[in-house]
Amino acid sequence: MDDTAIRLEGVTKAFGSRKVLDDVTLDVRRKTGFCLLGRSGTGKSVTLKHIIGLMRPDRGRVLVDGRDVTSLGRRELADVRRRMGFLFQNSALFDSITVGENVAFPLRRHTDLNDKDVRKSAHAKLADVGLEKEYDKMPADLSGGMKKRAALARAMALDPEILLVDEPSAGLDPITSDEIDDLLVTLKERGTTIVMVTHDIPSARHVADDLAFLHEGKVIARGTAEELERSEHELVRAFMRSEGAG
Amino acid sequence: MLERVGAALMAVLAWIGDVALFGVRAIRDAFLPPYEFGEIWRHVFEIGWRSMPLIATSGLAIGVVLSMHTRASLERFGAEAMIPAGLAIALIRETGPLVTALLVAGRVGAGIGAELGAMKVTEQIDALEAVAVDSFKYLAVTRIVACIVAMPLLTTVTNFAGIVGGWIAEFTISGMSLRLYYHRAFSLIEFQDFIPSTLKTAVFGLIIGTIASYLGFTTTQGTEGVGRTSTRSVVLSSILIIVTNVVLVKLIFFFYPART
Repeated sequence: MDDTAIRLEGVTKAFGSRKVLDDVTLDVRRKTGFCLLGRSGTGKSVTLKHIIGLMRPDRGRVLVDGRDVTSLGRRELADVRRRMGFLFQNSALFDSITVGENVAFPLRRHTDLNDKDVRKSAHAKLADVGLEKEYDKMPADLSGGMKKRAALARAMALDPEILLVDEPSAGLDPITSDEIDDLLVTLKERGTTIVMVTHDIPSARHVADDLAFLHEGKVIARGTAEELERSEHELVRAFMRSEGAG
Repeated sequence: MLERVGAALMAVLAWIGDVALFGVRAIRDAFLPPYEFGEIWRHVFEIGWRSMPLIATSGLAIGVVLSMHTRASLERFGAEAMIPAGLAIALIRETGPLVTALLVAGRVGAGIGAELGAMKVTEQIDALEAVAVDSFKYLAVTRIVACIVAMPLLTTVTNFAGIVGGWIAEFTISGMSLRLYYHRAFSLIEFQDFIPSTLKTAVFGLIIGTIASYLGFTTTQGTEGVGRTSTRSVVLSSILIIVTNVVLVKLIFFFYPART
């Protein structure tokens, strides 16, 4: 079986006259942690949305397990998405249902579990992120950090093979942030492919085996954290030195 | 100048085309599996049942007012006995369907537009897609179908409440019994008075659901955009309902010439 879980080939995306991704090519190995770094507005979240098919590139291909998500029909794309989880930067919890039902939602849609088992599974996922007591609360009643954790529990609900996480530690206190990082590492060790976007360098070092640095729509550095620290680009080196960012 | 007018006209036509395609896609998708019966039922309840107080109260008030106006007109000809029938025909053929549609456009259209608009700007629609759910079908089709189903039911409620309101007004003035009022009200009502004019409200439901959902799905610019979507949903739905009503009345007259 091919070792590549995700591959972007020459992906270009522009919004109006602004080119956000410019001929980006990169791949992510199965069961590893991959981190996209870069300054704000350099196309990191856009890259994640391309991987899950929420955006289509102007040019290029996005392959997930060898299938080009840019050319899939709705049903085939849904098949691919069922095997992925996505944590949105702004959490994007469904605000008309409880926190627990947010986590239960993918289970109710895509499994044959009965109500009791769905609730049990949703409770377990919430417990993984330290929110087991918040099942019946509405998203509006949670803090920003708690929303983020609840959204991560929803992203993990179907035990996805690939987990895309956009700024998982933004808005979290350092202890909770470390717990989330530990959880991501545990998931990776269990065989989940993690693709993370973050500004939090300690978090990136902890979770990712492989990092890429996006600048002005292009990947300007690629490698381990140590390799990026020795990058020929001063911007990359400076970024990697900013340990407290996040 | 001419170029600018032409460009504006093209933009309006493109918008109408987009909305029409959105509606056609919704109708097509409604017949394709998976069927979201649970969601449709939930929205029928939200749109239908929760609109009931507004619809019933309005219908009652309209019945009272119509009765008073009809009395003022028919009294001059000594035709007070025709008041119940005149009111029933006016209500069932035109006033009930149109008033119901405009009320629902205000209550439900604004609600759908704002709800979907808020979901759009907070990425909840993307989140649905990310968990492999067809957001168009789950959010738009279910609401559009619910509007189509709920409108004829709500119109029937308006008509009923209006007739009751008419009787209350008539009873207060002349002491007419409910039995006599009922008999006179329905003495001239025929099948072709009730069915086509009630069923045409399904088209109004399609208009309300489609425009509000389309605007919700295309909302931009944060909370300000959500407010704008809500207002535009009501305004555009109302305009289109009034204009479409002209065409539908003409069609009903064409297919049921006896009514004329």
